[in-house]
Amino acid sequence: MKIIFKFFVKNNTRNLSFLTLMSLLLFSCFEDKKTEYASAEEIPVNREMIAELTAPPFVPTPIGKRKAKKLIVKMEILEEEGEITDGVRYVYWTFGGSVPGSFIRTRVGDEIEFHLQNHPDNKLPHNIDLHAVTGPGGGAESSFVAPGHEKVFSFKVLNPGLYVYHCATAPVGMHIANGMYGLILVEPEGGLPIVDKEYYVMQGDFYTKGANGERGLQPFDMQKAVDEKADYVVFNGKVGALTGDGALTAKVGETVRLFVGNGGPGLVSSFHVIGEIFDKVHVEGGDLVNENVQTTMIPAGGAAIVEFKVDVPGTFILVDHSIFRAFNKGALGMLKVEGEKNKKIYSGELMDNIYLPEGPGIQSMPTTDEVKESDIPAQSFAEQMEFGKQIYGQTCIACHQAEGQGIPNAFPPLAKSDYLNADVDRAIDIVLHGKTGEITVNGQKYNSVMTRQSLSAEEIANVMTYVYNSWGNNKTVVTPQRVKNVKSKK
Amino acid sequence: MCTKTFRLTLVFIAMQMFSYGQSEGMVHIKGARYIPLYGRDSTVVEVKDFKLDAYPVTNADYKEFVKKYPKWQKSKVKGLFADANYLRNWKSDLEYKDTENPKSPVTYVSWFAAKAYCECQGKRLPTMDEWEYAAMADENTKDARIKKSYNEQILAWYEASRSNENEIGQNPKNYWGVYDLHGLVWEWTSDFNSVLLSGESRKDNDKDNNLFCGSAALGATDLMNYAAFMRYAFRGSIKANYAIKNLGFRCAKDIDNTQ
Repeated sequence: MKIIFKFFVKNNTRNLSFLTLMSLLLFSCFEDKKTEYASAEEIPVNREMIAELTAPPFVPTPIGKRKAKKLIVKMEILEEEGEITDGVRYVYWTFGGSVPGSFIRTRVGDEIEFHLQNHPDNKLPHNIDLHAVTGPGGGAESSFVAPGHEKVFSFKVLNPGLYVYHCATAPVGMHIANGMYGLILVEPEGGLPIVDKEYYVMQGDFYTKGANGERGLQPFDMQKAVDEKADYVVFNGKVGALTGDGALTAKVGETVRLFVGNGGPGLVSSFHVIGEIFDKVHVEGGDLVNENVQTTMIPAGGAAIVEFKVDVPGTFILVDHSIFRAFNKGALGMLKVEGEKNKKIYSGELMDNIYLPEGPGIQSMPTTDEVKESDIPAQSFAEQMEFGKQIYGQTCIACHQAEGQGIPNAFPPLAKSDYLNADVDRAIDIVLHGKTGEITVNGQKYNSVMTRQSLSAEEIANVMTYVYNSWGNNKTVVTPQRVKNVKSKK
Repeated sequence: MCTKTFRLTLVFIAMQMFSYGQSEGMVHIKGARYIPLYGRDSTVVEVKDFKLDAYPVTNADYKEFVKKYPKWQKSKVKGLFADANYLRNWKSDLEYKDTENPKSPVTYVSWFAAKAYCECQGKRLPTMDEWEYAAMADENTKDARIKKSYNEQILAWYEASRSNENEIGQNPKNYWGVYDLHGLVWEWTSDFNSVLLSGESRKDNDKDNNLFCGSAALGATDLMNYAAFMRYAFRGSIKANYAIKNLGFRCAKDIDNTQ
């Protein structure tokens, strides 16, 4: 496709912002020297420069107003073992040692000399297909490189936008599934408008031989990949990469720009940030800007640039709104915003009333005292386990997960949990009354909220017996009487 | 009478010994027709009976070779026949580094070097079709490619690191009595570049198409055989003078019809 570009090259002496520059050009600034190029192909380059590459979630310095250059990109391919979630190892194939691979930042007209280096310890040949390349295979054809070798090819970036790159060596799906993808940003002449915070987020789906959470080194499962039945759907290569210490940060009043990609290989992302509305979305990473967007679709092998101003403090959760992927497969990240509250925009909880359609009157919420005891109490340990498992599946599983593994940095594990096993009455109390504030479980700090559970004493006894007798816990059997004792202490 | 028979027997035994000596460490592989993942021409390939080394060539074997044939020593080899990585794990012309195990497969050898080694033993490199044929067997079947366990084992190797440092013969032998076709290193074949690089007489693809994106799927006979895909992709990425850490070889031999 041919696109006619209009490019303006300003005198270097001027030091105005892009917007001012544009408006000057549009309205008044006819005395300035300007050069127009019929196409991006004709933009001249001067000087060489080594490209700054960054690992996620960081991005290189904005290009600003720099002129087109010969940009040297050196990308090393590494096959290495990492942790996809607590206790689960996976052999990643990476561009630059991270999943997603190093972020490349260029501008229209740059001439890129790309060095693809395949580490001698690697077993496999690889190549790179950059969607920003105009040419056969997006560079794949010229970059097919054996272990211990380096291939060099060059291309001129013609179209601005945010593009995916990935490995395209057979079996292609497997190379992508193992983490071989990343983003290359091509900024327009003059650069993107400057914002306060920029981050790099990329979704990917992973297929392992064992089910989600199954421990040990998990090999790639090709049948699941062909069936597109992912065990993990994650941001930045692993569960919890963007939570806890890895959370993105911003201050109230700042504008945040996320470069969001989706490596796939199989799934399309419904990218959403809980509690925010995107002020601007560069749809599919291109020129089209949509405003006031709740959720944006990011195809596999595609990207989007989203921007929003954060007005209130709090934790905003990044999710794939195909929501089981977020809460059960790992597609969950956090943006922590610090600063002054703004009650005008968000009040927080004001009141907790009971709503009775049939009559007036405000009452308090029912406590567990009013929860009806089961008509059929468990008669044996086996029944306690059976009933307990059922309750676990209805009540606890969403946060603490199927194998009690929890979600790193968000919800503490129940499996082999030192905190749980240390004090049974305390655990009963938490189920009865909820828990807020920082706790340390198996050496990890957690700071979230567990709500009070509306369960009967017998139900609590059953579910806790189930938890204590599963996943390597201390095999305590909790009786309804013990639950009642804890309850009456309060 | 008796002595004559005895003499004949002796001669017979001597001949037997002689012929065994010729193919020491080799196993007989009975040929057949089969369909490889990629073929050069039509889909069915015929492999004739041949002999194949039971083990890959080791560091110790290769040391003997370079002692005898100095032109293949690290400092003497011509760049045309082996790139700068040739015997990179050797500290001198006749000694590998102390960290190397004599019983590990020799690697960092070029195709030219591997070919010369085999020829000096009166052997040759196996063809890709022969290699693939021998390698599709598991411990008890000739063609185990449809077995899930077979593919999983091979894939597990592709994910294991530093397997080139292991000793030969640690993996179970296959149906034919061959060890380590999978699990240690990649191996050179005489026509390693015939599928992806020359692409001659392949109907659906020209040579470029094989190297990227969806085209790898065209012309393949079994899309689930990811392990084989990786081997063919690997072969397609190398050149005859490359010397690579995870690439070794073993030799093959025709069956002498006069025997």
